Amino acid sequence: MRIEQEIRIRKFNKALIYLVLILLTLICLFPFYLLIVNATRAHSEIQKGFSATFGSFFWTNLKNVLDNKQLPVLRGIVNSFLIAASSALLATYFSALTAFSIHVYDLKLKQFIFSVILLIMMIPNQVYALGFVRWMGTLGLMDSHIPLILPAVSSPVVFYFMLSYMQSNLPLAMIEAARMDGASEFRIFNQMVLPIMKPAIAVQAIFTFVGSWNNYFIPSLIIRTADKKTLPILIAQLRSADYLKFDMGQVYMLIFLAIIPILIIYIFLSKYIVRGVAVGAVKE
Amino acid sequence: MKKLCRQSRKSISYAKWGYIFLLPFFVVFIIFTLIPLASTIYYSFFENYMSGLTQIGPKFIGLDNYRKILLESDLPKYAWNTFLIWTLGFIPQILISLVLALWFSSKRLDLKFTRFYKTVIYMPNLIMAAAFSMLFFALFSDVGPVNNILIALGHQPFSFLQSVSGNRGLIALMNFLLWFGNTTILIMAAVMGIDDSIIEAAQIDGAGPWKTFIHVTLPSIRPILVYVIITSMIGGIQMFDVPQILTNGRGGPNRSSMTLIMYLNNHLYSKNYGLAGALSVILLIATSLLSLIVYRNLTEKE
Repeated sequence: MRIEQEIRIRKFNKALIYLVLILLTLICLFPFYLLIVNATRAHSEIQKGFSATFGSFFWTNLKNVLDNKQLPVLRGIVNSFLIAASSALLATYFSALTAFSIHVYDLKLKQFIFSVILLIMMIPNQVYALGFVRWMGTLGLMDSHIPLILPAVSSPVVFYFMLSYMQSNLPLAMIEAARMDGASEFRIFNQMVLPIMKPAIAVQAIFTFVGSWNNYFIPSLIIRTADKKTLPILIAQLRSADYLKFDMGQVYMLIFLAIIPILIIYIFLSKYIVRGVAVGAVKE
Repeated sequence: MKKLCRQSRKSISYAKWGYIFLLPFFVVFIIFTLIPLASTIYYSFFENYMSGLTQIGPKFIGLDNYRKILLESDLPKYAWNTFLIWTLGFIPQILISLVLALWFSSKRLDLKFTRFYKTVIYMPNLIMAAAFSMLFFALFSDVGPVNNILIALGHQPFSFLQSVSGNRGLIALMNFLLWFGNTTILIMAAVMGIDDSIIEAAQIDGAGPWKTFIHVTLPSIRPILVYVIITSMIGGIQMFDVPQILTNGRGGPNRSSMTLIMYLNNHLYSKNYGLAGALSVILLIATSLLSLIVYRNLTEKE
């Protein structure tokens, strides 16, 4: 009798837990559902009120926002993509190279270098944005994409993840063996180490791409020309425009365009991404 | 002897490659981080701003910028705003994440579809904060869908963006949604790492679920909790995209949602380089102290 009661309580608890989980799932998905619904509706429909069903203006909204004379949306997408992709490439390659040199070589300043990188890892770039922007001015790099791409070469966080991965997946004996075969150090890295690092590189490339794609603060201080603007800057511009006069179908469509590419990447690679989140922070 | 010599020479020549491979990282670090950092500190000691169209300074004034920003500006107010909004988002974030992590990793509960839930709750973390904020601005505006739903349900419409609590609440809600999945996954990884035998031993000793949690689970995941709290505080100091877009840079009614970085951003735009420098250095000191805790936390485990 008591056992039966306990089982019933446990079943009830479990049902309650599922209810909470479903509720949280709905809260997470609801804003995106509203976004997708409104991206398919015409301005006049959106003004009339809320609807749970999709409209038929998806392609019209898409065409309107891409043709918009005040907002170079297509250029924004291309700029954002090129900057994010180059940053991901540079960050992963050079972080792996830096981690390789710390992991493999017997460097005198090894501990010191490692400590410096760990210490600067958490310093946000906002706190030196002033010096950054003025120094880019001195170098003649204002209104250029270079200050948004090149700093990726020194990405302490990516380096830290790469080093953690190497410590558990790259035996030093393998390097020794390759040296015996007469391979040069640079070739060992490019042809032997990089392939081993592929899973770590893939995960970190995604994180760097997403971080750069979403980045707003520094680009908004560097970029001036309309043709060089990235998506977050265009969204901020839309926000400061006279909002009520704007075609709401286009507003939702621009948000849709900024969010959806990342969501598509996520849907396909979520397994690896979710697994990659905890690596490094939690030592196994 | 000869052989030994050759060997040591050889290892030196390998080390040479190690330094060469480090070079790109440190050259870029010096150009894009170290020089900007040093010059930011340098600028903080100079009077340097625009008065109308005339440039004032640069003139060395020692610590005067610090005095001005700490005593004569609205900095305390913006620090308080930032802290309040961060706390409003972080308390539910850490509590819900802790509960979810325990649920997901519990063998006794053996929940189904945990991968699906984890995938969904982590998703907002990858969303562009600026776009997310613009979306909330549109959804919660006076004529937006949320107010439409409120009216349809027979409630009064609520001007979220004209009220202090509405603005702060929305920013905290967005911060919560953007980050609680990430925190859940981090805590979960730590909980999964706890040795089952310790938990079993506690249970054999007669500890109930609550006692096991307080005396076994919580101490075991302490390092990751410290990591989550400190990195989130650093993230809180950086809070910018969400409130900037939601309030169009104005910080809502009576600047009640103006954050520290929004204030810095305003100084940068109006070319108040001296005050911007002093503010930057203050934020640098705050984040460095917090970083030091994370650093000790990360190296302790080695």
